[in-house]
Amino acid sequence: MQDAGRFGHHSIGLTSGGPLDWEAFYWANRLCANEHGATALEVAQGGVRMECIVETIIAVAGAPMPLRVNGRTKALWRSHKLQPGDMIELGYATKGMRTYLAVSGGFKAEEFFGSTATVIREGIGYPLKAGQKLQCGPANDEQWALPMESVPRYSDSVTLRLIPGYQFEQFSRTAHDTLLGGDFTVSNRSDRMGYILEGSLIESPEREMLSEGICLGAVQVPPDGRPIVLLNDHQTIGGYPKLGSVVSVDLWKLAQCPPEIHARFELVDLEAAQEMVNYESKKRRSTRLKRCV
Amino acid sequence: MDDFPYIEVAGENTFIVYCGKDMEKGVLGRVRRIDQAVRSEFGSMVIDTIPSYASLLVIYRADQVNGSDMKLRLEVCVTEVDESQKILEVERVVTLPVWYGFEAGADLKALAESKRLRSEEVIALHQEKEYQVYAIGFAPGFAYLGEVDERIAVPRLSTPRKRVPCGAVGIAGRQTAVYPSESPGGWNLIGRCPVRMFDLQASEPMPVRVGDCVRFEAIDRDQYMDLGGQL
Repeated sequence: MQDAGRFGHHSIGLTSGGPLDWEAFYWANRLCANEHGATALEVAQGGVRMECIVETIIAVAGAPMPLRVNGRTKALWRSHKLQPGDMIELGYATKGMRTYLAVSGGFKAEEFFGSTATVIREGIGYPLKAGQKLQCGPANDEQWALPMESVPRYSDSVTLRLIPGYQFEQFSRTAHDTLLGGDFTVSNRSDRMGYILEGSLIESPEREMLSEGICLGAVQVPPDGRPIVLLNDHQTIGGYPKLGSVVSVDLWKLAQCPPEIHARFELVDLEAAQEMVNYESKKRRSTRLKRCV
Repeated sequence: MDDFPYIEVAGENTFIVYCGKDMEKGVLGRVRRIDQAVRSEFGSMVIDTIPSYASLLVIYRADQVNGSDMKLRLEVCVTEVDESQKILEVERVVTLPVWYGFEAGADLKALAESKRLRSEEVIALHQEKEYQVYAIGFAPGFAYLGEVDERIAVPRLSTPRKRVPCGAVGIAGRQTAVYPSESPGGWNLIGRCPVRMFDLQASEPMPVRVGDCVRFEAIDRDQYMDLGGQL
């Protein structure tokens, strides 16, 4: 279960949580005509069977996972009306990693510090169990579809645009060259806390530092030289040197990468990064959904 | 402290204010003063801050203010803070009971031997000082306390334990802490504390904040159990 995330509690060590692919989460909710940040299910890799026990509307958006209702294939990126007794099945992702299942009115879950975001590492919430009953809000009656041209594509490689920051200047010239010229692949040890990149090793500055606050997307380099891109469940403070942070719009793409996918870095300055984020956000808001009958 | 404070980019909506380079009470005071000033100056435009040792991370609403304007405003705000300003948040002194010993602290024996001390001396030295909360992180409720007496300062275990029990009291370098929940960890364990360091359900989930002071007080096994300690 994820809502927009838990904010304002880093000073007691609570991380944000929230959807790893914000874009897909946004569309799943909007297709259900939900409020921004309503609680939805984040399904990693797939393999879910659920029975609907009320009349409602659902939408599935994200990595392509075959969706079936009562055995009949249904499209992602649009909402579907369900009746009590309908069986929903999500198969395994053919590309990408995570898909969001939203329901009209949002799922109802216990809030901790103002958020329903599950962070297993912190003991907040837990993965769904077989037999569990999920509550949802009141349903509306509208069905919508996202136009094809607005559907995100999940590719076989990812470019991570990095805003240089934190200890960037303390890394050596060699380290900078490796960062920008190296070839990295996603490690299978990656999780919601962070994505570990293997391949080229980045020389880490050998100097003791005091632990300091970590933000979303920060790229830390432990002494083993394998950079870690920190995602939604990241620890709030840490003592490894950091090169800066990856722009959020690229983090969503990274979080959709299964192990072995190739990644490369590019530098971007703060102003350009903020323009990118604003542009994407405006584009999403101005996208008009198609009404379905 | 001549070069401090200075501001560095951390991420697309985050700056970090460096306030000094050492674990030191004066530097932490500066961090807390700046934290206070930033929170009151920016209100809801700041999403969150993280004070830690010698720096303050500031996460802001980049949809409301762009990076260059925010940096300018932050610079003004930070330079206006001076040492004479009072920190409004009351600094509490919190006493935490600890059941010390070989049964409660798996590394007490080895620590004492490596420092050529008797275990009673280690226990006494750990209680002798008042510690400052320098940072909270690693896990919710994990408070980094400093500094322990040099005579009991030991490096982290070379191989971290897979499972450290909730309430375990450990030493790593010149820092000490109480594990708020069961987790992996590499600190040298010398005892157990029955006080919950993090309670999700409580209105105030932690007994300490950054800037508070902590004292430790020895209790025995029976007292530990009476205070709700778990084995």
